[in-house]
Amino acid sequence: MTNGFTARDRAWHPPALTPLYKTSVARSPRFAPIGAATSLSEETGPVFGHDMLGAKDNDLITNFAAPGEMAIGPRILVQGRVRDEFGRPVPHCLLEVWQANAGGRYRHKKEGYLAPLDPNFGGCGRCITDENGFYEFRTVKPGPYPWPNGPDDWRPAHIHVSVFGHGFAQRLITQMYFEGDPMIWQCPIVGTIPTREAIETLVARLDRAGSIPMDALCYRFDITLRGRRQTMFENRMEGM
Amino acid sequence: MAAPLTPSMGNPLSNPPSNPLGERFKESPSQTAGPYVHIGCTPNFLGIEGVYPEDLGTRMITGNPDGERITIKGRVIDGAGNALKDALIEVWQADAAGKFAGRGGAEGFAGWGRSPGDMTTGEFTFETVKPGRVPAPDGRPQAPHVTFWIVARGINLGLHTRMYFADEEAANAEDPILTRIEHQSRVPTLLAKKEGGAYRFDIHLQGENETIFFDI
Repeated sequence: MTNGFTARDRAWHPPALTPLYKTSVARSPRFAPIGAATSLSEETGPVFGHDMLGAKDNDLITNFAAPGEMAIGPRILVQGRVRDEFGRPVPHCLLEVWQANAGGRYRHKKEGYLAPLDPNFGGCGRCITDENGFYEFRTVKPGPYPWPNGPDDWRPAHIHVSVFGHGFAQRLITQMYFEGDPMIWQCPIVGTIPTREAIETLVARLDRAGSIPMDALCYRFDITLRGRRQTMFENRMEGM
Repeated sequence: MAAPLTPSMGNPLSNPPSNPLGERFKESPSQTAGPYVHIGCTPNFLGIEGVYPEDLGTRMITGNPDGERITIKGRVIDGAGNALKDALIEVWQADAAGKFAGRGGAEGFAGWGRSPGDMTTGEFTFETVKPGRVPAPDGRPQAPHVTFWIVARGINLGLHTRMYFADEEAANAEDPILTRIEHQSRVPTLLAKKEGGAYRFDIHLQGENETIFFDI
């Protein structure tokens, strides 16, 4: 059976052209994307095995640090599940994350913010979901930072997440925000998402049950990918 | 005999124990990959070394699979005519026999590639094999193609497109997707031409030659 993936709800995602996020103006297609049913080209995708992961891949506190050192900042765990639109767990799914350090500074040549680099923080990590779609990584809470858009625009604290799923149709990059951050609602990039309801799904909740006492707070962030349609009636009979 | 109803696939009434009521969820909304996507996806390229042994997607050919070796080169160009230098380009394709990795594809061929583009020119390069034909959902053969996915600062939702081969005229003429594009004058934006040993596929985000993108 080759049931396809559900269509993407484009009214839920940000549109391509969002003038308040200025860079989108010259980088947004003007023609509408052409709709087509998924084929094997989108229903398959690269598969990554747990054996490719290094022991520290999901620990941003130590994976770039000098031996015996650790990154500076509020220590947090991020835990969650990857599921599809039908609520089915997505196991063996690669997540790649990247973020600024606790002062809001990225380790990147083109980054111009005056906050200092942390010599023990690289800012990238990755993990693969288990049988139940569960993942976790450990990091420091990133800081907010100003960015060149309006004269005084700030990004809320956020972690970028790249997700693979099982088919190329599910490929997704998004950002995770933190519960209670007032800057979420002032950000032109967050504001590209049309509804508050959709934005709320990107806000990780403080999960007190998940914290490690005297060590790290826990944030819970569930991710939903497009679902594969479930029906016995997908394949039309010859001639119909 | 009726096909057995398996709990994992195919049965509309089947839900995993974690979702007994069959609740529906909305896809997580996309956010731009931002200017620092390379930190997360190709850290070695940026000089963030020692975290991962190598950047994922650097090599599509890992063994000696059958098929014609080809090189794909191109740029992602914005509405002002500038090549993006902060994009991440991913490709996914079948092997020379039209089979995908993980679904009977050739050994030694990953089918998936990822490029941050050249630091100064923005040009991406993929060393791969020419893909075979893959069936459409109705069973008709599609023309050989490579699926592209493009993310960057200023792109709010990753862009899906396909590269077809200009030298596959007969296959292109019967491709189920190419033939039903309303504005046929735009089809050449999907056709890569061989120039100097490489197939060139420039992706125009907007402007006169805006590439066709798919809602797929």
